[in-house]
Amino acid sequence: MTIRMKLLVGAGALLSFAGGVALAGEDSAAPEVKKHAVPTSKDGDLVVGLCDGVTSLEVDGVKEGQKLTREQALRVSGALMEQWLKKNPDANWDPAPAVAQAPPPTKTPEAPRSPPAVPSTPQKPSSGGTMVGGGVKPESGGKDVKKQQGANLQDGHTYGAFSQRDEAIWAASTQAFVEEGNRVFHDAELLGGTVAVSCDMCHPDASNTHPETYPKYQVQLGRVALLRDMINWCIENPVRGKPLADDDPKMRAMEAYIYAKRKGTPLEYGKK
Amino acid sequence: MGNKFRSIETKHHEERDAFFDDLKRLDRRAFMRVAGISAGIVAGMGLRTPQSFQLVNVAEAQGTKPRFSFAYISDTHLYDQKLNDRFVRSILKAVDDVNALDPQPDFVLFGGDLAQLGQAVELKLGAQILKNLKAPVKMMVGEHDWFLDMGELWRELFGPPNYSFDHKGVHFVVLNSILEKDFWTERKLTPMERMKIVAGLDNGIQSRFEVGGEQRAWLQQDLAKVDKKTPLIVFSHSPLYKYYRPWNFWTDDADDVQALLKPFEKVTVIHGHTHQLLSNQIGNISFHGMLSTAWPWPYAPEGLPKLTVQMNRPDPFSQFDGCGNGRMDVLESGLVDKLYNLWERNPITVRASYLASGGKQDAPPRTKLPSY
Repeated sequence: MTIRMKLLVGAGALLSFAGGVALAGEDSAAPEVKKHAVPTSKDGDLVVGLCDGVTSLEVDGVKEGQKLTREQALRVSGALMEQWLKKNPDANWDPAPAVAQAPPPTKTPEAPRSPPAVPSTPQKPSSGGTMVGGGVKPESGGKDVKKQQGANLQDGHTYGAFSQRDEAIWAASTQAFVEEGNRVFHDAELLGGTVAVSCDMCHPDASNTHPETYPKYQVQLGRVALLRDMINWCIENPVRGKPLADDDPKMRAMEAYIYAKRKGTPLEYGKK
Repeated sequence: MGNKFRSIETKHHEERDAFFDDLKRLDRRAFMRVAGISAGIVAGMGLRTPQSFQLVNVAEAQGTKPRFSFAYISDTHLYDQKLNDRFVRSILKAVDDVNALDPQPDFVLFGGDLAQLGQAVELKLGAQILKNLKAPVKMMVGEHDWFLDMGELWRELFGPPNYSFDHKGVHFVVLNSILEKDFWTERKLTPMERMKIVAGLDNGIQSRFEVGGEQRAWLQQDLAKVDKKTPLIVFSHSPLYKYYRPWNFWTDDADDVQALLKPFEKVTVIHGHTHQLLSNQIGNISFHGMLSTAWPWPYAPEGLPKLTVQMNRPDPFSQFDGCGNGRMDVLESGLVDKLYNLWERNPITVRASYLASGGKQDAPPRTKLPSY
């Protein structure tokens, strides 16, 4: 993914553009994206295109191929948006949806990573594609809506009038969170280990982590333990690192990964 | 102050040591006494069946003495000792164990994965440590030794990765079963990237293990000279059958290799890689896994051979639990009794008769805590 693409996707997510192609789940039919040919800069500066396929912006002082800082990227997306609003003064914009975002990726590991930890979760039929009142209709765009036509269904959406695209973002955010856990789980350095031991060495595919058995009395600790207590135990002992705080993003991500890998296993707290 | 107090654990180990010492001087009268002690130990430990090591020794007292024995150490996964002393301590423990065997084994098989990332410092450290073994060593290669430089240094240190030899009427074959189809050139991976992908058990980017056509042709040629009645023992790093593909508990051309072994009456395959108590029987071929000294692996979620008696779930709070080394007793019949010397637990023997009878005879003690 080029920087330009990243920016486009980032701007799209931030500003709630329709489309959201890159974020859509496997199952949803992704509409074709038209190629946006941006003009080249005379000085070899980076040119960023907006996803309307027309608007573009030259970033002074940043060469093609260089990375933008987060601040620079925000300025660029803001400037692009301003241009677009000038061209489309009557556009009616909803505020950006508040979507729980995964923690930013920690760093690129040396080796290429494993394939995705878990396949993305198939989403339940969406309640609609555009925000219109009156409940589920075939034209709302949901994949299974046609099937439900005529069925005696209750109206509306539990979380409000969200579109299929919103749901795709939720799924992608969850997936990214799990992926971050996958990365930490497989990287001794990220774990803060000092002996080059990572979790996957004893727990391939998070096997034998049995999150479904917690809380349980952990005889060796002499107290009731949660999954995170055992994660920390492993970090301190075989991994020889420092234990993570309960709200450490790495801890949260690893829990996400471990639970995701154990999908479908019945909860059985206290199991020996 | 003198150490007047002995813990329960110390007493237990003293009793065990005395028990095994006595075994070496076994006549009929002594046997009855030792059997009594062992029954006592078994009862004292609250084991439900008196099978754990009492029956093993009954069999020995009845005269099914082995023709000869060899020991093994496997899957030591060494890093540079400055980086990681844990795995170094483990291999040293295994070397001590094997050197303490009396009588000494005829030779020691090293089952592969001496190094963790195939680096010179790791392989050389391993070679240095293995030099302390009193018995001669037969080396086998594992994927962790191979994929940094495609076996260059390993071959320099230990010679060719596949070879055969004859010992006391048994034909031995050592295979390099961890070859993989090229997944790195197209991805433009560096040698270390390639190595780290292969080193990740759950890393699906890599290819599956195979012996490969060239080596199978060599095997066919090698076996052509051997009488079909000669007992055959094959060493391979990966199991020479298909257990669980996602973790490469697997050899892709296992069926072709098995076909080459099929004409022989008595065939045993000893493999590493799986770090667990693992037994299988396919037709005339018995398979035994080896323990790792570095860490145990959980049983795969599917594909476990039905003759496998799982080892108890290891205690994560003990560095050595679920790890160990072991011994193979080659019987007069040419079949193999496989002893798993599980550190911090009683040893478990998987007998040739157990596999040959399809699990009807001499079953090893059942697991108390199977994997989740």
